[in-house]
Amino acid sequence: MIPEIGQLSLILAFCFAILQGTLPLIGVWKNNAMLSNLAVPAARTQFVFIAITFICLDYSFFANDFSVLYVASNSNSHLPLAYRLAALWGGHEGSMILWVSILSVWTMAVTLFAKSLPETFRIRLIAVMGMVSMGFLAFIIFTSNPFERLIPAVLDGRDLNPLLQDPGMVFHPPVLYMGYVGFSVAFAFAIAALLDGRLDITWARWTRPWTTVAWVFLTLGIAFGSKWAYYELGWGGWWFWDAVENASFMPWLVGTALIHSLAVTEKRDAFKVWTVLLSICAFSLSLLGTFLVRSGVLTSVHAFATDPRRGIFILMYLVVVIGGALLLFALRAPKVGLGERFDVVSRESMLLTNNVVLVAATGSVLLGTMYPLLMDALGAGKISVGPPYFDTVFVAIMAPGLFLMGLGPLAKWKKASLPEIGSRLRVAAVISFVSSLLVPIVMGKLTLMTAVGVFMGIWVASTTLILLRNRIKTRRVATPNLIENLKGIPLAFYGMLLAHLGIGVFILGVTLVKGYESEQDLRMEKNDVAKAGGLAFKFEGTQEIAGPNYVSTQGTFTVTSKGKVVAVLQPEKRFYPVQGSVMTEAAIQPGVVKDMYVSLGEPLENGAWSVRIYIKPFVQWIWAGAILMALGGVLALLDRRYRIVNKKAALAAQDLQEAYEV
Amino acid sequence: MSRTAKFLIPLALFLIAVGFLFKGLFLDPHEVPSPLVGKPAPTFQAPVLSDASKTFNSADMKDQVWLLNVWASWCGACRDEHPILMAMAKTNQIATYGLDYKDTDQEAQAVLDTNGNPYKTIATDANGKIGINYGVYGVPETYVIDKAGVIRYKQIGPITEEILLTKIVPLLKELQR
Repeated sequence: MIPEIGQLSLILAFCFAILQGTLPLIGVWKNNAMLSNLAVPAARTQFVFIAITFICLDYSFFANDFSVLYVASNSNSHLPLAYRLAALWGGHEGSMILWVSILSVWTMAVTLFAKSLPETFRIRLIAVMGMVSMGFLAFIIFTSNPFERLIPAVLDGRDLNPLLQDPGMVFHPPVLYMGYVGFSVAFAFAIAALLDGRLDITWARWTRPWTTVAWVFLTLGIAFGSKWAYYELGWGGWWFWDAVENASFMPWLVGTALIHSLAVTEKRDAFKVWTVLLSICAFSLSLLGTFLVRSGVLTSVHAFATDPRRGIFILMYLVVVIGGALLLFALRAPKVGLGERFDVVSRESMLLTNNVVLVAATGSVLLGTMYPLLMDALGAGKISVGPPYFDTVFVAIMAPGLFLMGLGPLAKWKKASLPEIGSRLRVAAVISFVSSLLVPIVMGKLTLMTAVGVFMGIWVASTTLILLRNRIKTRRVATPNLIENLKGIPLAFYGMLLAHLGIGVFILGVTLVKGYESEQDLRMEKNDVAKAGGLAFKFEGTQEIAGPNYVSTQGTFTVTSKGKVVAVLQPEKRFYPVQGSVMTEAAIQPGVVKDMYVSLGEPLENGAWSVRIYIKPFVQWIWAGAILMALGGVLALLDRRYRIVNKKAALAAQDLQEAYEV
Repeated sequence: MSRTAKFLIPLALFLIAVGFLFKGLFLDPHEVPSPLVGKPAPTFQAPVLSDASKTFNSADMKDQVWLLNVWASWCGACRDEHPILMAMAKTNQIATYGLDYKDTDQEAQAVLDTNGNPYKTIATDANGKIGINYGVYGVPETYVIDKAGVIRYKQIGPITEEILLTKIVPLLKELQR
């Protein structure tokens, strides 16, 4: 009964999405208030029905209803409750349900919090989001029904893929999707603006916070995923340039460009066309990512089912949504105008360079991801593009951008002076140069790559601090008290500092772990001692333990430094009987300076094991950097200015509305 | 370029990408052609399963068309494939030889005792060295080798009835001529 209720409300949600996506647009066009007023109630009703669908499906997981095919394929009665509930997004059909659920959360948020927008604009915005939802719901109903019954029911389910039985499964997908799908709001803003033919400072001001929220979620989502791969896959890698990782990284790069370009549009009324194009691209890349994963066009560890029918459906959807948006862009954008002019040396031009760099980097990732497909389609053979390509090309493109990150925020709007910026940054240049030699020497080996990496990391971090000092200095005349001075600086500025600092921390982490990680594959018997990174790892033997739905062989390693015990690591080899699969659970002792990482390989003869021991210097800095970036975004959102601006925008919107009605 | 044309560039790029994606839907990224197809099969000598006194020598197979099926008792997909191999053996038209890959004689023999033995002879490859020469990366795999000792076809994964009837049997008929 419950699955049928879910099925029914899914169909009802689809009906309301059609209402939401079509009639209000006609209403705005024909000036029919009755039709346009449908937008908000339709969106909210759709939200309710999608919520019911979600609850019904998750209830089926909760209640172990193995007469539902999707539940039987992705869950098991022995699966712990938290994973049973998260198993909803463990397969193809459920992740699509999660996708539309999150889209409807965003739409609901728009109906609640975007009250200050002019009425027609708001209606168009909601209608565009309705259209996006419509396509996805149709996709679910016609090709990927999660409520399909399995008759006769099976006694027990096939279990959730053991790789996914991890706390990461509970958080990573929803947070990532919040980011991915959140760009639909910026997309809808762009489309509504193009339909409106009006694109100005207020438009950028409305779009900015929504885009920042999505960006914060996406940043955290990607960081979670990377961390999860690091401890779960047992190889100690944190990024693989896998097609699906790239699919989430490309929207992030474009989203980052969008945040910066929105700032220019808001503050200087420039880059308008460009900003609109980026808004469209960010969401288009999210959709493209969905296509790449769901269609099986590319090989990836993340791919679930591969069904060409689904692929064709999503491709058609892409053509309609992205193609339609770009066509609208081609027709309407020429009328928008380019905005204010600016000098070659100015903050605008620096931000433009930042945008070009980020878009070029996205292009290089897109090319690398699609290249095997291009070659195959052209009959030029099967190839795969691996990390060497991405590492080289991506770093080469990003490096100049990172250098400019130091200059940009110091440059004045419209026209800046290079010698002035230069004199301010002399100190940062010296600090970065010295540390680029010193840090590698302290770490024990100096190579060009680590020197460049450390230079960039310290450069970004130190210029950021100089920026703060500079700001304090200019304000000192008016507010001599330091505390008052610091308090007076807007939160958005601190947000920017924190996010940029995060980039610096991230670069240092990547450079140092790449340059100085050590890795050993060993055969170890009980009481053997291995040395790595100045530490002694003693293998104390293994014991069998039983988990809720697995049995495990747990090894114990005592790590000592100069005779003192610093850590006890217990990696596991788990056997999940339902799927008959073996999982490696690495044991990690994280630290600020280094991680100790031990994982069990295969059992060998005489109770010996093959063991992998890694020392990962500064690897935690990678995720710390990402968290700083996200915190920066949160600070920017909390800026007091926003609330005032929003009130002002509300007034301006009211005036406009009145002007329209006259 | 006129102003409007410039704004059409993103759309044009997108449509080109769609073309490739559409084509990509009908390609299988998992299908990797073996570089060994068309090359002489690596020769090997290996003990015969459950009868270590005898040796299988692949050089003795010259002048006949034969199938080399790589399998193992620990391989689930091999069990799915097994009935097809049995059917092939019943026809007496196809000479299927087995290579027991990274397995123990005892366990392999147990599987054959319960399910039947479709092979003329089974060579053992306990440490997987022969498998490396053949580029085996998943079991089961099947190679069709012609009279000159050249690999003419490689099947990765189980042989299905469809593959047998549309690919392997026509090829064998041609080669045996």
